[in-house]
Amino acid sequence: MFDIFDIYLLEALINGVLLGGVLALLALGLNLIFGVIDVVWICYAELIMLGMYGMFFLFKVYHVPFLIAAVICIGGVGVLGVVLHLLVIAPLLGAAPINQLLATGGVLFFLQSAATVMFGIDFRNLGIRLPVLTVSDMFISYARLLAFGAALAGMVVLYLFLARTYTGTAIRAIAQDRQIMPLMGVDARRIYIITSAIGGALAGLAATLLVLQYDVHPFLGLTFGPTTFMICVLGGLGNMVGGFVASFVFAEIISVSGLYLDLEWGYVFAFAFFIAMMFARPQGLLTRRA
Amino acid sequence: MPGSLPELYMSRAVPWIVGAALVALPFVYHAPYPLHLIVIVLIWSSMYTSWSVMGRFGLVSLGHGGFMGIGAYVTALLWNHFHLTPWIGIPIAVCAVAVVALVIAWPCFRFRIVGHYFALVTLALSAIVLQVITATRDITGGSLGYTPQRYNGGSSIYALQFTDKVTWYLIALGVWGVALYIRHRVERSMLRYALEAIAEDEDAAAAAGVFVTWEKLKITLLSAMMTAFAGALYCQYQMFISPDTVSGISVSLQMVFAAVVGGIYVLLGPTVGAFITILLAEALRIGFGTGAVGWDNIIYGSLLVVFIIFLPQGLVGTLQAKFVRVRAA
Repeated sequence: MFDIFDIYLLEALINGVLLGGVLALLALGLNLIFGVIDVVWICYAELIMLGMYGMFFLFKVYHVPFLIAAVICIGGVGVLGVVLHLLVIAPLLGAAPINQLLATGGVLFFLQSAATVMFGIDFRNLGIRLPVLTVSDMFISYARLLAFGAALAGMVVLYLFLARTYTGTAIRAIAQDRQIMPLMGVDARRIYIITSAIGGALAGLAATLLVLQYDVHPFLGLTFGPTTFMICVLGGLGNMVGGFVASFVFAEIISVSGLYLDLEWGYVFAFAFFIAMMFARPQGLLTRRA
Repeated sequence: MPGSLPELYMSRAVPWIVGAALVALPFVYHAPYPLHLIVIVLIWSSMYTSWSVMGRFGLVSLGHGGFMGIGAYVTALLWNHFHLTPWIGIPIAVCAVAVVALVIAWPCFRFRIVGHYFALVTLALSAIVLQVITATRDITGGSLGYTPQRYNGGSSIYALQFTDKVTWYLIALGVWGVALYIRHRVERSMLRYALEAIAEDEDAAAAAGVFVTWEKLKITLLSAMMTAFAGALYCQYQMFISPDTVSGISVSLQMVFAAVVGGIYVLLGPTVGAFITILLAEALRIGFGTGAVGWDNIIYGSLLVVFIIFLPQGLVGTLQAKFVRVRAA
């Protein structure tokens, strides 16, 4: 009896790790944007929602092969990120931070409603059934494993880009000191656009991975949005390693609580943990900025 | 300042004249649907004004949805389960919200959590309230919503339930008036100057002797309690509440949005914001029926972005600024 108990716990822990992988991807995009441009995209989850709709229409309706659809989706949401930056963020770069937050809140309303009008409120599903692996009485969803792997790969690619390329270094430099970098010969506008594109692309990647596990509907952002922000703030806004760690902590709390109680209590505990950590360590789990 | 004495009397008298006209309105014009709209506008205006009491000092809270939800649900639950009259239930709910606000806000202010971080912590609060309401579905009915039991056929002072729209109109008008009055008093108080100093530079304010944590806490408690009160009233009027309509981020953002559109810094700003947003939704619903689902938020979302970029002081604020400049010239 006790063995089965352990197995379920182990399964929940493993699923928590897998969930954490995807959440880490979301957190990474948001942290990048905030670290470089100093704006929180409250509508980030809505970009993911649009990406998932894009995947649905490309794959299910137009029968584009999955990998090609994924590439188109990633590029598409990247472009959306740039458009968001140019239309909404750029005019507000000098405004009070709270105005920037509220402006992206307006975009959140806009995107949710636009999706409602264009696609309707029905839940859409890709209809792909990926196998479920059985590892000694534990059920591991292949979709989750795939999402975890792809998220890790995406993060490694991003890390290499930021660490090894000239543009990546410029991005990291701007994150350190926004005002000095233009004096050093970096075109801040160009870097912001590139960062927005990368942030959007990460959202697109997350969308291609999440669409395998979740049905898409216009209000999906309300499920993922708050969690993503809290993970970012928990790890320290702008701190990518912190966001990475925090996403796994969050995912484990949600997963293990979901094992013993309803799913909603998992979220309640995770959010309560977030609030408690805010008081214990307001600057985030890891203080240094990456 | 107006120069001559008659002008002074006129500008002082105007609010009273308008107030008297508003009170007299339902006795002259009783069509229930417009009265219903006005009641809804007034109740939401009270809530938006409550939010702006805090928001105009830079303490942007995305958690007022949570306060409204607690206020509404506690009142309804106490009535249904313990048959506790809302006359006692509402004060209890307001106190409950005060406790929650204290628990969240005190550590926030004590540890200098401001700006983005504060907004996100309060966002977490409204998300928690929504999740707790949904998770305790055996008591609260979860996402399906909750209805206070009708008492005496729906018309009773004891249960604070009325079928007559005119009664609700007068109640809502009174509550709205009180909310405006509280906001007005805050504008005239030392608290306002303390908070403006804090908003500009917390350290300097603290050095000047302002007890930063306590001042911020005062305004947060006031704002939260007012919101809870209006939320409880909303529950009593609509006789139906659900986690998505009285709590959660959407409600919080809705409050912020309407206040911003109307003008946070101006007394009547949030009311104008409520007027515009609610009437726009109704107009679209009447004009297009279910085909208009989503269009109202598309317009709001775009309006919010446009307003933040071009009119950060909101409609009333910008008009007022223009008007004052013209008069001074």
